[in-house]
Amino acid sequence: MDHAFEFLVRQGDNVLVLGHRLSEWCGQGPVLEEDIALANIALDMIGQTQLWLSYAAEVEGANRTADDLAYLRDAWDFRNVLLVEQPNRDFAVTIMRQFLFDAYHVPYLHALESSKDQRVAEIASKCRKEAIYHLERSSSVIVALGDGTEESHKRMQAALERLWPYTGELFLSDETDDAVAESGLAPVLNDVKARWLQTVQSSLKDAYLQMPDNDFAQIGGKSGIRHSEHLGHMLSTMQVLQRSYPGAQW
Amino acid sequence: MTSTMPNYDSSTPSSGQVWAWLEAVSDPEIPVISVVDLGVVRRVDCNDDGVKIVITPTYSGCPAMATIAHDIETELRRHNLQNITIVTQISPAWTTDWLSDKGKNKLEQYGIAPPQASGRPENCPQCHSSNVQKISQFGSTPCKALWRCNDCLEPFDYFKCI
Repeated sequence: MDHAFEFLVRQGDNVLVLGHRLSEWCGQGPVLEEDIALANIALDMIGQTQLWLSYAAEVEGANRTADDLAYLRDAWDFRNVLLVEQPNRDFAVTIMRQFLFDAYHVPYLHALESSKDQRVAEIASKCRKEAIYHLERSSSVIVALGDGTEESHKRMQAALERLWPYTGELFLSDETDDAVAESGLAPVLNDVKARWLQTVQSSLKDAYLQMPDNDFAQIGGKSGIRHSEHLGHMLSTMQVLQRSYPGAQW
Repeated sequence: MTSTMPNYDSSTPSSGQVWAWLEAVSDPEIPVISVVDLGVVRRVDCNDDGVKIVITPTYSGCPAMATIAHDIETELRRHNLQNITIVTQISPAWTTDWLSDKGKNKLEQYGIAPPQASGRPENCPQCHSSNVQKISQFGSTPCKALWRCNDCLEPFDYFKCI
């Protein structure tokens, strides 16, 4: 297995899948400002996808492009964590998923800025600026809703409990994680976890939300072994154009 | 009779000349400022082989990048340049610090509050009141947020500081 390629595809797929999920809100947001915000974050993430998957395609050297990777792979070849493919459900789940990911994304990208691979460091540096802005917003929204009405609080707590088992996968190292940490390409995941936990604990406290006392983790997304059934449904929409009209160009 | 045709000299222009020409290329989403004022053009290299322009995206998903590259090429072709290469680079990452002072003034005159290190607009670009309030951290393009003036009651765009 080419661990560098695998690592780059994981980075690209995380932001591709989450970016697409957010884009599903476009035109359906609870208020216009939220609609625009979610679409803007989606756009940042699709832009980040382009950076990661282009590099992945170059490293692979198999004549594939970033678009080929995004539109012509099936679910079992995707390497995103399970958290980001979870469906939007209500606004509470959407924004909680975003917060849990942003709180990981910022310190992870920060660590990647010291990657031994210059290109990885450069991409991470560009993406982190955007991720900081995303975290600023998602953390303030979870506080507003957690400390909001009885109904918003109830929904935010339910969203947190629903998504919590999907956060463990972010930090559980597998063979690829160990290999890229060993080669200096990426950080040791456990080091990032401490910073993630700090952000999560502090924001949940401000939001009057109870952090689940359970470290059971659903895994199988970043290895591709066991994606949830939701990913295939999402891809059937995301990839429909290239599947129906192979090679279609904008 | 003397010719009034412009003198199409095939020799290589100076990079200073090319920078001056690029001042005429506006940002497609904020037409009041040029891609030079926006800090999107990072480098201009001129030599006998042609001209190389290095540009950088404001945000990684900025949909205007393809149009900017196209507009730069069109403008330079208008000046009879032939071998034009446009390269996109992401490092160092674009920052609002690269917006020129001229660009910031033009933004404000156009009704967009320029970025501030404090992370919030100094005043309303319409009535200049400092009694302003955030509506949303995001706005009509990736580089802007939406604010409102509590005195003249007008909403306005604020150029995000990154």
